[in-house]
Amino acid sequence: MLSGEDIRLRVGHSIYRVGGREGHAITINGVLPAPLIRLREGQRVRLHVENGLDEDTSIHWHGLILPFHMDGVPGISFPGIAPGETFTYEFPVLQNGTYWYHSHSGLQEQLGHYGPLVIDPQGQDPVAYDREHVIVLSDWTFLHPHQVIGKLKQEGGYFNRQRLAMLGDPAENTMSAEDRRMWGAMRMDPTDIADVTGSTYTYLINGHGPDDNWTALFRPGERVRLRIINASAMSIFNIRIPGLPVTVVQADGQNVRPVEVDEFQISVAETYDVIVSPPDDRAYTFVAESIDRSGLARATLAPRLGMSAEVPPLRPRPLLSMRDMGMGGMDHGAMGHGSAAAASCPPEHAAMGHCTPGDAGADAEQAMSHDMRDPSLVPSTVTVGVGVDMIAPMPVDRTGDRPLGLEDEPHRVLTYHDLAPLTPFPDKRPPTRSVDIHLTGNMERFMWSFDGRTLNEGTEPIRFARNERVRVNLINNSMMNHPIHLHGHFFEVVTGQAHGDPIKHTVNVMPGGIASFNLTADAPGDWAFHCHLLYHMHAGMMNVVTVRPLDGEGR
Amino acid sequence: MRAPLLLAAALGLATPVLAQHAGHGAPPPEPPAEISTCEPEHAAMGHCSLAPTADPVDPNCPPEHAAMGHCTPTRADSEDAPGGSDPVQAPPVAPPPAEAFSGPAHAADAVFGAATMGRVRSDVLIEEHGGMRTGRVLIDRLEVSYGDGSDGYAWEADAWYGSDYNRLWFKTEGEGEFGHDIEAAEIQLLWSRPVTPFFDLQAGVRHDIEPDTGPAHLVLGIQGLAPYWFEVDAAAFLSDEGDLTARFEAEYDARITNQLILQPHAELELSAGDIVEREIGGGLSSVELGLRLRYQFVPEFAPYVGVSYERSFGGTADYARARGDEVAAWRVLVGLRTWF
Repeated sequence: MLSGEDIRLRVGHSIYRVGGREGHAITINGVLPAPLIRLREGQRVRLHVENGLDEDTSIHWHGLILPFHMDGVPGISFPGIAPGETFTYEFPVLQNGTYWYHSHSGLQEQLGHYGPLVIDPQGQDPVAYDREHVIVLSDWTFLHPHQVIGKLKQEGGYFNRQRLAMLGDPAENTMSAEDRRMWGAMRMDPTDIADVTGSTYTYLINGHGPDDNWTALFRPGERVRLRIINASAMSIFNIRIPGLPVTVVQADGQNVRPVEVDEFQISVAETYDVIVSPPDDRAYTFVAESIDRSGLARATLAPRLGMSAEVPPLRPRPLLSMRDMGMGGMDHGAMGHGSAAAASCPPEHAAMGHCTPGDAGADAEQAMSHDMRDPSLVPSTVTVGVGVDMIAPMPVDRTGDRPLGLEDEPHRVLTYHDLAPLTPFPDKRPPTRSVDIHLTGNMERFMWSFDGRTLNEGTEPIRFARNERVRVNLINNSMMNHPIHLHGHFFEVVTGQAHGDPIKHTVNVMPGGIASFNLTADAPGDWAFHCHLLYHMHAGMMNVVTVRPLDGEGR
Repeated sequence: MRAPLLLAAALGLATPVLAQHAGHGAPPPEPPAEISTCEPEHAAMGHCSLAPTADPVDPNCPPEHAAMGHCTPTRADSEDAPGGSDPVQAPPVAPPPAEAFSGPAHAADAVFGAATMGRVRSDVLIEEHGGMRTGRVLIDRLEVSYGDGSDGYAWEADAWYGSDYNRLWFKTEGEGEFGHDIEAAEIQLLWSRPVTPFFDLQAGVRHDIEPDTGPAHLVLGIQGLAPYWFEVDAAAFLSDEGDLTARFEAEYDARITNQLILQPHAELELSAGDIVEREIGGGLSSVELGLRLRYQFVPEFAPYVGVSYERSFGGTADYARARGDEVAAWRVLVGLRTWF
């Protein structure tokens, strides 16, 4: 653990071992994940980052509020750190909570260049706990990351080894022939849930594979705080501890009203703090199952070392639904989401034509009558080119939906609607304008973009006036989840719930759905805005957000 | 409640990892003071009740003004506190206000210098976010065949390299019988550009290595993925003699399992007219149907067995009969599909 006002970090090459194999890693201070940085709200910090690589590197402090030129994105906030050079990041620590840090250079993050960052509050922590453990989730592959994206460009579904097949597992081949025909007609794969899967990934907890039995200790009856960080390049996880409910107390470093659930999904770059109170003198298994069920990361909570509990088998791989195609409320019984679908089309949405309630019978045919790529459904500012294989016909707000694959789990599953801020967002002004940002892509060509344009195509930045209050609508025209991250700001994810909107730095936009946030653009400067799936960002799903005027840069 | 903390977690790890954490199990650095009030999580567990949050006051419309009818608070509904936003009532989409366009184009230029930042923007930011180039080499068919007392071989392969929008393609195919000269072999060099989300337009040249008397061709074709996952490659060839021919190929991967794949394949050759020197008749000149069953040990390495049926038609069949060749033939195939 590193703390204090001066912290030294050295980025370098290391040998990393997992599952009996050795590979090349890029690490900080020689460890994977990078060391825990522990700061205190109100202090100043100087982070001296030395580059021991033979290529440029950088560190981005994910979720931290700081001057734009300390944000660590080469080409946006600063020039990057050249080989052999040391760059000193210096800023006041204005917040508290669970965060993380990682490279924003090339694909270094996939190679191990990430670590946890915890800031203790200046005053009393509203969350009471007897003990804490930091849990960094990540994904490791022995392929070089350039090979990974190369494979994806060669064959979009390369890593998917769980496709529908004639002699497939009956539990995973539940789609009717008619539905298969429909998906085939669209050249879309209902099993395309994760681009990179357990076929190459070993899923890690604090750098340890599932066989390592990384163990977190507790005494029965203690309140144990788990600070869970998804530092994966590409992997969204479903997290549960069989036999033990978890109480979510923080999301993305912001305290929330405690909410007890049995399972929650953590998208890439999100953090969740949960409290568990294991009552018994026995071991519990912490399971982080990848969203496509191709593998899992596993740890053990135990009163003593050397213990383990049963590791549940991977559950059947889910299938994408009509709702994931952007068919709004027309989801149908074949997927067994009937009940969710009914709730998902409230009258006010239906009235605006966002969805169609009821009548589950006719929906498949209805769906097919929709053009899945009708450019008239998006404004002319969206480039509907070869990089856009789909335009969601009827996208709806999905922030209240259960996450993909957890629709029918018979226990309590967290949704964004369950998250209520413990302290209300300070800016109460209603937004004065809306900005629509379309998440676009071509699964087959592995092209990903905002509004149909990649960063390298010379996109116009997304411009905000300083202190402007804006509603940003993220409209997902693809069948994949996209964790969208805005640097330098927190925003309120619009859930419409009476208990308030959760305050986040990263919002997962579900397939074919909409997630909106209210933003107070109070951080002057240039900021990265991107999908936090590493290879989506590398493919160009990124833009620059500018906040002007600069006027002395504010802080 | 503040029991002494146990030893830090995760000693004695299973893997002898050189450069890894032993886990971050650690005590909270400073235990919070005795809890005097109702904590939210206790409240959530029903242990106590939280004091209700005061209704937020709309700064633009304080209650005294509202009472006088001067304005309407934005959060009139007290149940709404502390203020969930209504996802339906959103303001209209509008361009940024003028001040959003003020100041420098790139904020970091003032800190690190415009020259430095400009270089990094073009060399790093652009290149690493959509500017990458990739390539692939695919040997789609490398096979030996048996039928009618003759043992033959055939290949079909391609390679490409480039960006998302501009790619250089190389294609080759050919066949022959063991113990004889190569019967036919061609190479194509094409520039390829996507024209729809699923199809590329390809244009370039074709050179026939065997028979060496073959003409040179200009090539114009489309290649891509048709609905229902049919891989399609259709091309027209204009020879330097002015002869127009065309080739249409389609194949489909039927997954028996994720590794065992049955691939029907059809190839049609057509000609706009009679080409005497190449013994091709006008119209449909030949059809080849194949059925290959491959096993993907890994996606990049898949041996297969199969059968094929080839038949020539019309004038082309007449030329074949005149040569004393069969017009139709069944063959059994063993081969390899591989790519990297």
